[in-house]
Amino acid sequence: MSVKTGVDQKRYQVFLKGRQPARPWFRNAVRAFFTGGATCLLGQGIQELIVHYYHFSEKEAGNPTVAILIMLSALLTGLGVYDKFGQWAGAGSAVPVTGFANSIASAALEHKTEGYVAGVGSNMFKVAGPVIVYGVVAAFAVGLVRYLLTHG
Amino acid sequence: MTGIWLFVSAFIVGGLICVVGQLLMDLTKLTPAHVMTALVVAGAILDGLGWYDPLIKFAGAGATVPITSFGNALVHGALAETKQYGVLGLITGIFEVTSAGISAAIIFGFLAALFFRARG
Repeated sequence: MSVKTGVDQKRYQVFLKGRQPARPWFRNAVRAFFTGGATCLLGQGIQELIVHYYHFSEKEAGNPTVAILIMLSALLTGLGVYDKFGQWAGAGSAVPVTGFANSIASAALEHKTEGYVAGVGSNMFKVAGPVIVYGVVAAFAVGLVRYLLTHG
Repeated sequence: MTGIWLFVSAFIVGGLICVVGQLLMDLTKLTPAHVMTALVVAGAILDGLGWYDPLIKFAGAGATVPITSFGNALVHGALAETKQYGVLGLITGIFEVTSAGISAAIIFGFLAALFFRARG
């Protein structure tokens, strides 16, 4: 019985594959390129303004730039604009740090009705959590290897 | 890179990193969450190899705005503190550089929830 089900499932997968629409990967890639590039261009513009008006070095200006982009993204998420942009831009909206902020702000908004602690507080990192967890784990591993290579 | 060329390289490099993310989403079975996680880990590894800093020098915000730079900044913070505190610095320093990003995301995310309502 189970063998037969397995075969049936495989045949169903083949059947399904022929009927699923092909993902427009090229179109999506072009959109991601232009929207992601534009977001980074905006970031570069903000960074130059900080360098010019606050006399930060390019390197020092990186962190405030990221903070400003995050603020803009949270605002646009609140206004419902970022999610619409995201539907069109795909990874072009998800990969920049604005996408990270959007995932936090939209999770917070979505669960607001469940209360500020159990809803907003508990769900804020629902999507962004894995990025932080594996970022930190990877950074620890990479840092340890580098440390042992230089001091070991 | 300086002047107008820094803007051009920021656009192109930032755009290309997003294309990598998009292709991983469309051409593999990875979910968006897996792709984002992979990009962050890739950023950490690239920094471990010493390749991410030259990319930042070349592309500016094109390299610091995509999420890959989060992995890079985590490694940077950890390694910088090992100079002061030895191996313990790996733990104490990991969020040193990324504090701005995470704090800003929590604060503005919370404010968004405070002042706005979820739509559709």
